[in-house]
Amino acid sequence: MTPTPIDLSFSLTVQKRSGEPLLRCYFCQKCSAGCPVAYAMDYKPAQVIRLVQLGRKETVLSSSAIWLCVGCEACGTRCPNHIRLAPMFDTLRYMALEEGYKPDPMVYALHRSFLDSIRLWGRVHELSMLMEYKLRSRDLFSDLGMGVGLILKGKISFIPERIRGLADIRRLYSERREESAHPSAEEAQR
Amino acid sequence: MKYTYYPGCTIGTTAVEFGLSTDAICEALGVELVELEDWNCCGASSAHSLDHELALRLPARNIALAQEAGLDIVAPCPACYQHVLQADMELRQNEVWRREMEALLGFTYTGRPRARHLLEVLTEPEVLERIRQKVTRPLTGLKVASYYGCVLVRPPEFTGWDDPEHPMRMDVLMEALGAEPVPWSYKVDCCGASLSLSRSAVVVTLSTRLAKEAQEAGADVIACACGMCQINLDTRQALEQKIPVLYFTELMGVALGLPQAKKWFGKHMVDPTPVLGKFLASG
Repeated sequence: MTPTPIDLSFSLTVQKRSGEPLLRCYFCQKCSAGCPVAYAMDYKPAQVIRLVQLGRKETVLSSSAIWLCVGCEACGTRCPNHIRLAPMFDTLRYMALEEGYKPDPMVYALHRSFLDSIRLWGRVHELSMLMEYKLRSRDLFSDLGMGVGLILKGKISFIPERIRGLADIRRLYSERREESAHPSAEEAQR
Repeated sequence: MKYTYYPGCTIGTTAVEFGLSTDAICEALGVELVELEDWNCCGASSAHSLDHELALRLPARNIALAQEAGLDIVAPCPACYQHVLQADMELRQNEVWRREMEALLGFTYTGRPRARHLLEVLTEPEVLERIRQKVTRPLTGLKVASYYGCVLVRPPEFTGWDDPEHPMRMDVLMEALGAEPVPWSYKVDCCGASLSLSRSAVVVTLSTRLAKEAQEAGADVIACACGMCQINLDTRQALEQKIPVLYFTELMGVALGLPQAKKWFGKHMVDPTPVLGKFLASG
């Protein structure tokens, strides 16, 4: 087995970008204990923090854990060191994408389709968003029954609602400051 | 009592009964909701999952639109509420970013409108008093498990209007309606939220556990305050004997004797009529 390379700057980078004091963690594992999705993760939340502290960048950025966190904030609310893990998981996903690690295909497909829908209409249009998700994830047939059920209940609309201020939305998506894509995480750290 | 109303994307679709019941009870209680003109999606889970900057920018536009009216922004969806709160905090604290957003969206930030959740607003003491006076069909004997979900009361640094581990405002509201709130340990446990489609097995596990625990606590129905919680619990509880999952606003509508309530029930996957039919006003 080849040893996983260690990146000594990793913990500081994640700490800085997320604005969360990750080095304070003393591994009480309260976060893992209360996490509703920990059972499905390859590394539990406390293990992810520890791996970050140890500079195990590759292990962390290729883990399934970073794509399973739903941001329910149970961990952050309970942490005795006041570390919110949700922004850490967000940061780890951004870094994984930027550095070319493969995201969880289903989770990524859903978020991408969702953001595309907002860019297109200004609001989410479920039906077309779900169609894009199905194509992106290549998971065409799951939940069809539920979808039909919701359509029969009149809970899925066929026609999207398009907002008038779409030009605003386009600007929000595209006009970024070049020096930093995430200024606020850095601001928070100052 | 007048607010800027930010309904959010689910209110016209998968959470249509949440929207209809909110409109109806607010009218009955004299709480005026003025819909935010041309609002956009807050970005929900997807924006912060992939793009931090976008997750702050999308709600910033809604805040910009709400500046002129100057009224507090009320959202029925906890995710919308949470994201407006976060963007507002960023506008308040990060001057560089605020200037950038003001230039990009052409507005001046006054900091006056605050983001509030519908449950918070409807459980203010004076509104509770109005509710107590207007209940015509008290939900006597109905046992309710109040389910707050995740980001409605968390993180407490942002929300702060109820206990993040053991919130009580919905329980107090249920009591005001004549119902009996049951104590249970899963009030703030997440339903799996946005994993609903991409990891449905996780959501089935979590929603089934929530539904089962509510039943074991003796509840007849679960009351919730989120479109995502409701649809996950309503469609993904894998139990033989299913428990109806209602928006707290629907239960308010029933207790206030609003005849429209019957129509809202028709939108549910698990039909609440066997449990709640006896409380419905005819018409």
